[in-house]
Amino acid sequence: MYNAGKVITGIIIFLIIVLSPFWYNGLTGKTAYVPLLKVPDTAKQCVESTQYMKENHMELLNSWKETAVRQGKKTYTAKDGKTYGINLTGTCIKCHANKEEFCDKCHNYAGVKSYCWDCHNYPKTGAWEQKTAGSRK
Amino acid sequence: MIEKALIGTRRYWKWIMLLLVVGIIGFIFYLQQLREGLGITGMSRDVSWGLYIANFTFLVGVAASAVIVIIPYYLHNHKEFGRITILGEFLAVSAVIMSILFIFVDLGQPARVFNIILYPSPTSLLFWDMVVLTIYLMLNLLAGWYTLDAEHKKEPVPSWVKPLIILSIPWAISIHTVTAFIYSGLGARPFWLTALLAPRFLASAFASGPALLILLCLTIKKVTRFDPGKDAIQKVSQIVTYAMCINVFFLLVELFTAFYGGIPEHRAPFLYLLFGLEKSITLVPWMWVSIVLSCISLIFLIIPEIRRKENLLTTACIMVFISIWLEKGLGLVIPGFVPSPLNQIFEYRPTLPEVLITLGIYAVGFLVLTILFKVTTTVKEEASN
Amino acid sequence: MNRREFLKVAGLSLAGLTGWQTFNLLSGGAFAKSLPGVQNSVQKQWGMVVNMEACSRKAGCNDCIDACHRIHNVPDLNSPKDEVKWIWTASYDKVFAEQDHAFSNKGLKNRQIIVLCNHCENPPCVKVCPTKATWKREDGIVMMDYHRCIGCRYCMAACPYGARSFNWKNPRPFIKEINQDFPTRTTGVVEKCNFCEERLAKNLLPACVEACEEKALTFGDLNAADSELRRILNTKFSIQRKPHLGTQPKVYYTV
Repeated sequence: MYNAGKVITGIIIFLIIVLSPFWYNGLTGKTAYVPLLKVPDTAKQCVESTQYMKENHMELLNSWKETAVRQGKKTYTAKDGKTYGINLTGTCIKCHANKEEFCDKCHNYAGVKSYCWDCHNYPKTGAWEQKTAGSRK
Repeated sequence: MIEKALIGTRRYWKWIMLLLVVGIIGFIFYLQQLREGLGITGMSRDVSWGLYIANFTFLVGVAASAVIVIIPYYLHNHKEFGRITILGEFLAVSAVIMSILFIFVDLGQPARVFNIILYPSPTSLLFWDMVVLTIYLMLNLLAGWYTLDAEHKKEPVPSWVKPLIILSIPWAISIHTVTAFIYSGLGARPFWLTALLAPRFLASAFASGPALLILLCLTIKKVTRFDPGKDAIQKVSQIVTYAMCINVFFLLVELFTAFYGGIPEHRAPFLYLLFGLEKSITLVPWMWVSIVLSCISLIFLIIPEIRRKENLLTTACIMVFISIWLEKGLGLVIPGFVPSPLNQIFEYRPTLPEVLITLGIYAVGFLVLTILFKVTTTVKEEASN
Repeated sequence: MNRREFLKVAGLSLAGLTGWQTFNLLSGGAFAKSLPGVQNSVQKQWGMVVNMEACSRKAGCNDCIDACHRIHNVPDLNSPKDEVKWIWTASYDKVFAEQDHAFSNKGLKNRQIIVLCNHCENPPCVKVCPTKATWKREDGIVMMDYHRCIGCRYCMAACPYGARSFNWKNPRPFIKEINQDFPTRTTGVVEKCNFCEERLAKNLLPACVEACEEKALTFGDLNAADSELRRILNTKFSIQRKPHLGTQPKVYYTV
């Protein structure tokens, strides 16, 4: 290869710089951090199973939006047959009243910005005040 | 071939730097608009489109006007146009880029722009405008680039290029027709609701676009060793003359129907435009400047002795350009909204951030244009050596 | 798999897909809906009639406007440039300019008339929207999907009634007290009256109708011949805003 030495050194320097956030987090031990979400004690289960909600809440919320706004259907029938009102503030936030400790914690961790709260309301002070910090494992 | 844009004179780089600075200033103010919303512009609940959409409309016309050098060369075999067809196509490319940018900065939720593609709505003219503008951009970029590339390599032009060029002719008409239809199909806006709007748009486009092309050709002649040719420029100036005559005629036809017909809701926006309504006269001086400029430019253009003198032709072209920019820009968009559907008069004045964002987009467009023209003129210089 | 086989499989699956679409269209879609009795009789068509005389009885009354704007978190920007409004008043000579003349009744001329989205039968705003962010529901309500709106404001240019407002800035700081049960809007989207779609779903009357003590607003189903709305339209002289444009407004006015 023409100028092999320079090219390979260049690639290595490039990788070090580009991947620097990973090096930084790896060296400071931040990769072991897992956000621990405060789940409400008012109900045993969300509208669907925890696993399902973890993986699919965005699709569920999106389809809720489509059904409620665009089809005018305001109720959701869960897999176990129970029905819920399709209402982000009225149904979701009724239990998950502390947005900071539930939505934000994970979304900040994953670096995923949602625009739900630009319009939808949540109580400024959660129904349950006690805050549990995300723990290190 | 693009590397030819990297070698230039001091003056060339100064010009590039100037465009970059203006573009960056515009971008900084666009970031402010993103953060705070379109409220930083002069647009309002009543006048909900302004400078951005005005420039969009005008520039679609400039883009469409590339056909006036394509048609004579490719359909009528007028050889003298051969030297400037690529310039015409590249002017179209940069004009389309600017129009798309103007639509983009006008959006309240630019992050969602792809909803136009995700939820295609064939009843919306804006959807069709996006479709035709994107394709027109591709057509001109491919046609211009590969024609030039062939010249550069001293090879014949690839056979697939010509059909694209021929297709770009009706396509140019379509982009401006669709743009006119955005306006002329709205029952809510009597000022725009006229079947003459699309023809008027085409007439003003074929005057303003070629006028700009003449100015660019004369600049190229000055700053490079490539001469687009006196014949070509003279032929284009004849087209500008005809188009400008038709444009003024169409405007007078509109005024006749509005004032002789006398239907109040049809007449009111014209009154606002030319004389002001209820002491609101913001647009009036601008419109009269436009009218005076178009009259003088017509005299300059129609008399052959004047038209043939390059410096007077330059003056005429500048006048045509400014006159149509005023008439077809703010002069077209704003009276559509004044008086409002509830017969109220709310005046529009662009704000400083809005003007700087607008200038920024022009800088980006001219940057693209400069780079494309630099490549073109360098290739042409080399070819003639 | 060679090319021939690939083409066969691809062709068949394509045919299957289109066939399935056609079947869907014919069975579940348009076909079934055209059958009598399959859907519950006739679809409701919401409409409203404004009694202009009753509306003017209490001078300076803004009850309907206040109720609507409070419930729907409509901000009070206090500037004609940026303002957002779902329902408001304008004088008779502006609202019905084509009806007004030099000698028309002075009281009527300056009377403040309630105006709102007309939920047109042929809504021009819906036609022009490039993302279907605004559309007409089967019950005639012209809805907005604030999630989808890109803020191009073509609908505002197309609306002959000035019924649409744009969020030129973040509306939240301008809402006195946020109603938790209804979302606010965000910067850069268009909004308008939704005929209280969210209340109709709970069998409640629109907020403006409920708030009016003079009973100047009557809301109901235009398809129900026995409705109060139809009785009024049948017995009184009623007008619409700009009927010549062919939009067929569903908000009617009685003199």
